[in-house]
This record gives sequence, C-alpha cells and structure tokens, in this order.
Amino acid sequence: MNAPRPGNGTPLLEVRDLVVHHGQLRALDRVSLRVFPGEVYAIIGANGAGKSTLLRTIAGLHQPTEGAILYDGKDMTKVRPERRATAGIVMVPEGRRLFGSLTVEENLQVGATYARKGAWTIERVYELFGWMSERRTQRTAQLSGGEQQSVAIGRALVANPRVLLLDELSLGLAPVVVQRIYAMLPQILATGLTVLLVEQDVSQALRVASHLQCLLEGHTTLEGRPSDVTPAQVEAAYFGLGPEAPEQDEEGSEP
Amino acid sequence: MAWVNAIIQGILTGGLYALFACGLSLMFGVMKVVNLAHGDLAIFGGYIALGVIAVTHVPVLWSFLIVVPIMAALGYVMQRTMIQASLDRSVLTTLLVTFGLSVVIENGLLQFVNADSHSLGIGNSIITKSFSIGSQIQIAYLLVLIFAVAVAVLLGLQYFLSSSRYGRMIRAVADDREAAQLSGVDYRHVFGIAAAIAFGTVALAGIAYGMYSQFAPTTGTDTILLFAFAAVVIGGLGSLWGTLLGGVVLGVAQQLGAQINISYEVLAGYLVLLAVLVFRPQGLTARKAES
Repeated sequence: MNAPRPGNGTPLLEVRDLVVHHGQLRALDRVSLRVFPGEVYAIIGANGAGKSTLLRTIAGLHQPTEGAILYDGKDMTKVRPERRATAGIVMVPEGRRLFGSLTVEENLQVGATYARKGAWTIERVYELFGWMSERRTQRTAQLSGGEQQSVAIGRALVANPRVLLLDELSLGLAPVVVQRIYAMLPQILATGLTVLLVEQDVSQALRVASHLQCLLEGHTTLEGRPSDVTPAQVEAAYFGLGPEAPEQDEEGSEP
Repeated sequence: MAWVNAIIQGILTGGLYALFACGLSLMFGVMKVVNLAHGDLAIFGGYIALGVIAVTHVPVLWSFLIVVPIMAALGYVMQRTMIQASLDRSVLTTLLVTFGLSVVIENGLLQFVNADSHSLGIGNSIITKSFSIGSQIQIAYLLVLIFAVAVAVLLGLQYFLSSSRYGRMIRAVADDREAAQLSGVDYRHVFGIAAAIAFGTVALAGIAYGMYSQFAPTTGTDTILLFAFAAVVIGGLGSLWGTLLGGVVLGVAQQLGAQINISYEVLAGYLVLLAVLVFRPQGLTARKAES
C-alpha cells in the first residue's frame, strides 16, 4: 500500500492509521492515505463507509481517537478547524452549508476574510462561474442547488487552499449539473491546487481522479490509480464482495 | 388629550425598553444564549457608573464613555470563559449558568453596596426639564434623549452588522458556525465580540435607567429582565427593529393601562405580551416561521 507515485516527491497531506469513533461506532478503522501535490485523490465508498467522516476529521471537525494527520510535514491532529483552514486545508462541506441569510458576495467575502495569499480572488471566482457576479446581491437561500454548490466552491477557493477537500459535490444535484460542476475542476487545478474528494458517484470519481481509494465500513478495501484497477475490482471493493473484503456483513451498508 | 399623552409617553419609554432588549436579542440571535443575567448586568452597569462618577467626577451624562468599554471588555471575557464553557456543554447549561450569574451579581451588590435605592442624579442640566405641548402633554427631555440614543444604537448596530467585516462574520457564525470555521473564522472570538456589543448596550441601558428612575440590586431581575424579554418576544426574536417596535408596544400598553387605573400599568404590558404569544408567537416583525 501507499507506494509513492512516481515523480511526486513528498506528500502534501498524510493520514496515518486514523481511528474515529461516533459514540460506540468505530466509523474509521486504521485508515491511511497520502496525497501528493497536484493530485486529484478520490475516496469512494457506499453510504456509511466513513468517507465523510474521514474528510471531516482531516478538516478538524471530528477528533480522532488514534492516528495522525500531517500537512506539509507538520502534525495537524490537534489543530482547530479554523487554523487548518488558514493553513491551507479548506473543505467544501457536504450539503453546501452556505450562510443562508448572507448574499452571494458576502459568502465569498467571509471565505476571503482570513485567506492565504494566492491566485484566487472574488473576481476570479466570478470569472469561473459566469452567472455569479450578476446575482452577487442575492441571498444564497434563493439559489438553486447547483448554484449554491458553485458558491460553496467559490467560498472555499477564495481562501486560496493548497488542499481542497470536496465532500459529496454531487449530493442532491441533477446529473447534468454535477457534470457541469466537475467540468470546472481542470480550471481549478490549473492554479496549483491539490484536491481530495469524496464521492458516492463512482463513475464521476473515476473520470476525474488521478488516485483512488475505496472505503468499506471504515476500512480501506482498494487503492490505486484508476487506470490500474478493473471495474470488477472496484465493484468488489465497493460492496465488499471480493477476496479483499474483511467479512460478509451486508446489513445497513446498502444505499 | 390624556390618552395622546399616554401614547407619547409610552412610545418614549419604549426606547428605554428597546435599549434593554437589543443586547438580549443579539446574544440570542448569534449564540442562542438566553442571558438571564441581562437585567442584573444593566444594574451592575449602573453601579459601575456610580463608582466611576464618584472616583473621577465625570459628568453623569458622559460616564458611559468609561462604563461602556468596561462592560464591553467584561462581556468579551465572560463569553470567552464562562458562557463559552457552558455553550460547549449544552443550551440548558447556559440557562443555568446565566441564572447563577444573575444570583451572584444581585447578592454581590447587596453584600458589597447595600439594598438602598440609588439613582444617577443629573443635577440641573437641561435634560432634567420638560417641555409642554398644550396643557396636558408634558415631555421630559431625558426620555426624548433616551429614545434618540436607542434609535442611534439600533441604527449603529444595523450598520455594523450589515456593512462591516466583523458584522458579516457575526451573521455568518449565527447562520452556521461550523461552516464559518471551515472558512477560517474563529467563532469563539466572534461570539466574544457579539457579547462585548451586547454588554456595551446593556451598560448604556443601565445608565439610562439610572438617570430615569431609582435602582436597587433587585431591579435587574424584577423589572428590567422581564421588560426586556417582553419587548424581544413582542417584537420578534433576533430582529433589531422588532426590538424597538416591541419596546414601543410594551411602553404604550403600560401607559394606556396606567391611564385606566395606575395599578394596571404593568399588567397591561403583560396582557399584550400574552396576546402576542397566543396570536403571533413569532413576534410582530418576524416574516417567516423558519429560522
């Protein structure tokens, strides 16, 4: 596992043997990953596999019971979420989580308040999403789901992250809208960002990812480059059917 | 004419109530803290003013320049320590903690000051006088001043919340504190600032009350807290201008009640509160039931 990918140097983000509990439930069980600069690292898995928990723990919203999170070689495990954001780990949370009583522009301004120096400004976000500047004075509660997701991405971008965490961008959106949002990814990556994303939509993840990791019930069941894994392997890892599956324990994990 | 007079007096008194209520409304709107010590803090502010005036001999009218910063600093520190610690446990804990704070302030004042009534005498300045319209209407300059201060405070707060960087962050944190953290905002600090503003306004209210009337250590809970709550509930939670409307409605109801029979003054205010709770529980200004 975790063999260095050629030509990528040291990892920008590293997770070591992470264990996270939700009460009694062991949501993550010794999950490790290494994300190298410039990668699009996708974590896939069924409902309840622990994907969002992993991302939220990296962002600092959950405290792990064991394990460590390293960013740029520094231990971030005990650092507060807002400090991680200002250090360059910025998450687009599941369900958008915009500030509903604020306008589009105000949402972006909040995102830019403690921004690192970098390529992204509010103006640049308006260039990326053409419709946005005309509607900058609207409250985000009045936007459609896809528009809200774009604002949420914009709010994260203006902070100028080095690692952008994307949690279930496709959730609750029409497939066309999802494709339109993922089509923006190359433009975002062109500014030197590294992306770690969680996605239930496997085909979408396979299309954009340069590296793939599949979770099942808190364990890693598959890891590799999308070109190196077969659809059968992905399917087995996703549903826990293959020889790699820890045990045949299906209840509750089916979407 | 007596009724017109009652309405005018009621509106002006409403300004004082709004001044009491806006800090309460802000702390609830931003941090979901129901501050049961709010009234006692107002009175505490009044006592600080007494002390500041005794020591520095500043004019009563200008004592707020010293008292408001002291109370604002106290608000920031208390939010960052005690209130935040209770918030981290549960909403119920904040009720218990602020109730405890209320008891501590009240008994502390009884212990270290005394149970006598005090007031912030303003001597012979113009604002102790009043002017008349016709033969029945007498308007005290002080009440007009307090009303003007209330409107100015609300306008200032409105401007601060809608246009400043920190105002924007306060609204963002009130909407979704976790999402604010993900944008690098330390919500505890933002809470502290909101509490500082709330404590600053309540200090102003305490000073205004001390110039308007007598106060004793128990005035905070038996008068101010209840009137502030009534104004907030009548006007609608979390709405600044609703607070002014609530204060004015409460003031007018009290004065009209007093016009019928002086013993109905307080009762009339609570009857209006009850009617609002029954027929429009979201308050007079709230637009939507959601949030």
